[in-house]
Amino acid sequence: MRLYLLSLLLAACSGIPGLFLRRRGAEVSAGLMTASALLGLGAAVGVLAGGPVPSLRLPALALGSPSLLILDAVAAWFLIPVLLLAACGAWYGVRYWEEAHGHPRWVRLVFGGLTAALVLLVAAAHTWLFLLAWEAMAIGAFLLVLTEDRLAETRRAAWIYLVSTHTGTLCLFGAFALLAGVVGTWDLGALPRGFAASRLGTQTFLLFMVGFGLKAGVMPLHIWLPPAHAAAPSHVSSLMSGVLIKMGILGMVRLITWTPDPPLWWGALFLGLGGVSGILGVAFALGQHDLKRLLAYHSIENIGIILLGLGLGLVGKSTGQPALEALGFAGALLHVLNHSLFKGLLFLAGGSVVHATGTRNLEHLGGLAKTMPWTSGAFLAGSWAICGLPPLNGFVSEWFIYLGSFRAMAGARWPWSVGVLAALALIGALALACFAKAYGTVFLGTPRTPAAAAAHEAPRTMLLPMAVLAGACGLIGVFPMAIAPALDRAIAGLGEGLPASSKLAHLPLVTVLALTLALLALGLTRWVRAGRRSEPVPPKLPTWDCGYAEALPRAQYTASSFAEGLVTGASWVLFPKVHGPQVQGPFPEPTRFESHVPDPVLDRALEPAFRLGARGLALLHFFQTGQLPIYLLYVLLTLLFLLIWMVV
Amino acid sequence: MSQALLPTLLNLLLRAFVVLLLPPLIPGIITKIKAWMAGRSGPPVLQLYYDLAKLAQKQAVFSRTTTWVFLAGPVGTVAALLVASLLVPLGHTAPLLAFEGDVILFAYLLGLGRFLTVLSALDTGSAFEGMGAAREVSFSALAEPALFFGFAALARATGSLSLTPMLQSHGMWTAGHLSGPLMLILAGWGIVFLAENSRIPVDDPNTHLELTMIHEVMVLDHSGRPLALILYGASLKLVVLGALLVDPLLPVLSKGWLNGLAFLGGLGLLAVVVGVVESTTARFRMNKVPQFLVAGVLASAFAFLLLLV
Repeated sequence: MRLYLLSLLLAACSGIPGLFLRRRGAEVSAGLMTASALLGLGAAVGVLAGGPVPSLRLPALALGSPSLLILDAVAAWFLIPVLLLAACGAWYGVRYWEEAHGHPRWVRLVFGGLTAALVLLVAAAHTWLFLLAWEAMAIGAFLLVLTEDRLAETRRAAWIYLVSTHTGTLCLFGAFALLAGVVGTWDLGALPRGFAASRLGTQTFLLFMVGFGLKAGVMPLHIWLPPAHAAAPSHVSSLMSGVLIKMGILGMVRLITWTPDPPLWWGALFLGLGGVSGILGVAFALGQHDLKRLLAYHSIENIGIILLGLGLGLVGKSTGQPALEALGFAGALLHVLNHSLFKGLLFLAGGSVVHATGTRNLEHLGGLAKTMPWTSGAFLAGSWAICGLPPLNGFVSEWFIYLGSFRAMAGARWPWSVGVLAALALIGALALACFAKAYGTVFLGTPRTPAAAAAHEAPRTMLLPMAVLAGACGLIGVFPMAIAPALDRAIAGLGEGLPASSKLAHLPLVTVLALTLALLALGLTRWVRAGRRSEPVPPKLPTWDCGYAEALPRAQYTASSFAEGLVTGASWVLFPKVHGPQVQGPFPEPTRFESHVPDPVLDRALEPAFRLGARGLALLHFFQTGQLPIYLLYVLLTLLFLLIWMVV
Repeated sequence: MSQALLPTLLNLLLRAFVVLLLPPLIPGIITKIKAWMAGRSGPPVLQLYYDLAKLAQKQAVFSRTTTWVFLAGPVGTVAALLVASLLVPLGHTAPLLAFEGDVILFAYLLGLGRFLTVLSALDTGSAFEGMGAAREVSFSALAEPALFFGFAALARATGSLSLTPMLQSHGMWTAGHLSGPLMLILAGWGIVFLAENSRIPVDDPNTHLELTMIHEVMVLDHSGRPLALILYGASLKLVVLGALLVDPLLPVLSKGWLNGLAFLGGLGLLAVVVGVVESTTARFRMNKVPQFLVAGVLASAFAFLLLLV
């Protein structure tokens, strides 16, 4: 426990020295964050390696329950990405967010505070502490989103985030209060059998799902996610997308741990929400032109994949299929870790692009692979992993979920998991399309604007964190059995008598095939290059453009045109706004084409609804006269009404 | 010992032959059939071997726009296909590698090849290659569910999650209640086969107009050894995906080498069928292609539904 508490303290204080130091404040805070990460990772690895579970308890029943903190395997599993991304983000922020961008000291201070809140949250074993840390996390993230508060877009994003997160917190207050009424203490622990199926259990479950779902960004509740991730500084986006939204998943995982007998419809609800988030998340990502908004929609997609895993596990738990349970939960938890790694990596690499070119618009970028080779490699690694392509880590977790759904379906117990299978296949194919679009438009081809042409490679303090994350993606992808024991310990609490995941999936064969693939690729590359060496190198020529002298950068396929076929094909769900060119007459005027995919819930449903509501509420101005006597009259009338109501 | 060793050795030889040497023959057969159907004599059946030998000695030309990603396309595609070919059973011969869930690895290795090909097309910065890449990813988003529904149906019918038992399950064709679903699966996969291998009616490998191409336009700028890899990879893909179609239809024979021969015969027959299809159908307009692919999805989804009752 000492390691964990020290790590918590260091993370919380990491920004403080920087407030007073005139120079090197950023390096000091990043160093403190690294120390915190090392200590905390030590504690987490100790638990996941089978060591004793540290906990902190009060000597007396002062707060309604003695236990405060417990670093069990689930907590340790979630602690790893928190600390890894926080340390990587802190080093990345040293050069990424300097004086010129505004408030770097405060950003570091709040970044440390947010990390501490996350560290506290994963291990909280007391309801109040959980809610306290939850709220601290929400406020910290709000302040960080608000960093560039001179932009109206940022203020709007932060406001939407604040409103959504507090709506979620309100639901959590209600749910925890209901739970405490049943259990009798403020301890977070096992629920009595039969509660989940009761009416009260259903209400609690739905409140939890709204509260945790709002944080996780499950599809109809995702409204805050794209604007907030786009507006925040990139290392903050990386922490938010990689870890903060996973706290919603942590809550759901805890809920599953507490419930011994979930009804089947819980699992079905998870699967439904997961399918919707997954497919619509990636479909909306296809329509985006803002690099960070695109990545944010992919977070929604990956939350969907995680929910599919949890849903399969829940179905297994309800129907008594331990193998399905183990595969679903293992896939979900591994995807939590994997998504933190590759999405953190993608946001950092995307941030370097924004840093180098000053724009997030895909259509203004291009050709960066030559000027920013390392960043380009990092983004490619992240894209490779997020598409679930072997041999990187995204494949392993998706493979678990695939295996689970195949098993459920072939086992004749629950054939409907074929829907999971089809959803995952569709998500995979669309994610591939979307990242081919993103990587291709940003890094390949020729620069579309002078800003993109003038790009420069990111400094080393920004590249190193990306290298660490990319390396982790590769390690888990090629040697998945190395983390299988830790994964088994993490899922052990979610069900009873779960089989080891390494027994259900042939992980060593993945290693063998991954190494074969690498060797073959190496050999073929040598063969191809050998053919080039034998003769004098021909002059570098422009791309052959089917008869034109040289292709203009403007003539390249843009992100919009690349996705056009799919966006049009899915227009019945995306409703893209297209401003088509009007070409008339033999000598048409210059014209332009724009297409834009607004968010379905925020832009199409909530905003019009709230605008209408505001107009309706304006009618109440009639009562708001601004004169004190009238208001006193209202008070009197209210009191009279209450009096009569109570007497009669 | 020697009795067990000989069939294994023969099997390995067959596999090496089928994967490394045989593939360029398949496009040759298709072209020959098409030429005969059109009343021409056509290029020799071994034409692709000559082409590959020529390209392997030629120098590659690189555009100044390209980076290392340009090479990753052909190299990665062939490497991924070679690994995928390890997982596919060749007829009813003994499998080299079969484990639970290898179907997914198989499908994702094909996806990896597609990803890298698309990126290497975008690396040239040409509008034509971007167009081909966009079409490729859009159409494959529809082909993927068709493939997976087929896997799901076979997994349900055979109770296994591995390609080898799925495709080699004995007597599926003759068992009455399974032959209907199997026909639907093969119909769905046939569509996937035509689309993934860029054959008529989805794509025309011999078309001369870049605007109408899908796959061919992505590799316009490749030359020399990279182009040789692409051509070999395309023919290997014909074999690897062709095995999915051929395997379930083959009868189980008593001897291992007979089974190997049967597989080769089936593959040749598939090439003939593709040649006939290409000669007798016209190419779809580009906006009709998604409908064709959706038909494939529906066919394999129906196969799964039939297996539920």
